[in-house]
Amino acid sequence: MIKIVHYINQFFAGIGGEEKADIKPELREGIVGPGMALKAAVGNEAEIVATVICGDSYFNENLETAIKEILEMVKKYNPDLFIAGPAFNAGRYGVACGTICKEVQDKLGIPAVTGMYIENPGADIFKKDVYILSTANAATGMRQAVPAMAKLALKIVKKEAIGTPAEDGYLPRGIRKNLFREERGSKRAVNMLVAKLKGESFETEYPMPDFDRVAPNQPVLDIAKAKIALVTSGGIVPKHNPHRIESSSASKFGKYDIAGVMDLTEEAYETAHGGYDPVYANLDADRVLPVDVLRDMEKEGVIGELHRYFYTTVGNGTSVANSKKYAAEIAQELIKDGVQAVILTST
Amino acid sequence: MVKEIERAGIPVVHICTIVPISLTVGANRIVPAVAIPHPLGNPTLSKDDEKKLRRGIVEKALKALQTEVHGQTVFDK
Repeated sequence: MIKIVHYINQFFAGIGGEEKADIKPELREGIVGPGMALKAAVGNEAEIVATVICGDSYFNENLETAIKEILEMVKKYNPDLFIAGPAFNAGRYGVACGTICKEVQDKLGIPAVTGMYIENPGADIFKKDVYILSTANAATGMRQAVPAMAKLALKIVKKEAIGTPAEDGYLPRGIRKNLFREERGSKRAVNMLVAKLKGESFETEYPMPDFDRVAPNQPVLDIAKAKIALVTSGGIVPKHNPHRIESSSASKFGKYDIAGVMDLTEEAYETAHGGYDPVYANLDADRVLPVDVLRDMEKEGVIGELHRYFYTTVGNGTSVANSKKYAAEIAQELIKDGVQAVILTST
Repeated sequence: MVKEIERAGIPVVHICTIVPISLTVGANRIVPAVAIPHPLGNPTLSKDDEKKLRRGIVEKALKALQTEVHGQTVFDK
């Protein structure tokens, strides 16, 4: 019987949402939450002997301690396989799943598998190190994700041949394999070109890596004269969120006038973000968007000027395409308004 | 968002709690923050000490904006 230890976060364990995201790692015998579906998927071949639960914020804010604690827990059960998640598009959860899978593999020599949505930041960081099953962006995809994850994980632990990313549903790891084809390369290339010219679909044999990097701009020469703008993905908005920016998967960004505002008070500002515990930001939004400090610096002449408007959206589950679009629009406005530097804060 | 602002030609500094995420999205000037629900604060401190802490982080951010960098740089000192 293959022994599995399963890793999940506080939410899927049913302990709580963001207000419980700071809980320390906890070990439970047997199955918890999505472990049910996992048990059904592995059938009689494997058994989930224990579940490790950890708060997403705790994991990411205390990386070294959390890893140490969790490795100790996993070691106790000496499993044959470690499965984390699936994390879908939950950013901190995805990073936690990727991190702990890599650690379990490297430090304990136990094969590990996780699952997440391709835009999850954890996917980009860990896809080369860990098998990450490609899932939908929300937990509604659980029913498809878990059996596929289980199937891939069992293949790995039984040392069966793993198919291509497309065949076995995992995110490409950048591994190339030699194989023999019926048709020679020149012929395949011409066929692809013909398909392309006809506007038909074709599949490249060597996808170019997507290195979307932007070179850093020149530094600000005279900060004491510079106009600086604040932008945030932390969802700070005027009280009652007048433009109703969504708590996750934001469909818009907000632009708010802070002329004469010296301090973001509890009475006037709050956060619309649904991906972290809002208590601290609601009490004092300067904890996310440091207007008070920048006003002091403006008075003291440390900076030239704090830009009259701040821009805000909610980063929680918002697609990369939308984030890019919002920021491109924001940047154009900032340039028009003569802003020389931006401080962008994220939670 | 950081990358698009940089692409438009404005120097930008990213103050964020999970530095690996900032690195993977491609921010060039990165200043680590305190904690996810309060990146520029710490509710266990007095109001005055908390504001000092916040000022310290913003000062690091301003220093980052005035520093020439050639690749992704984390300003954690």
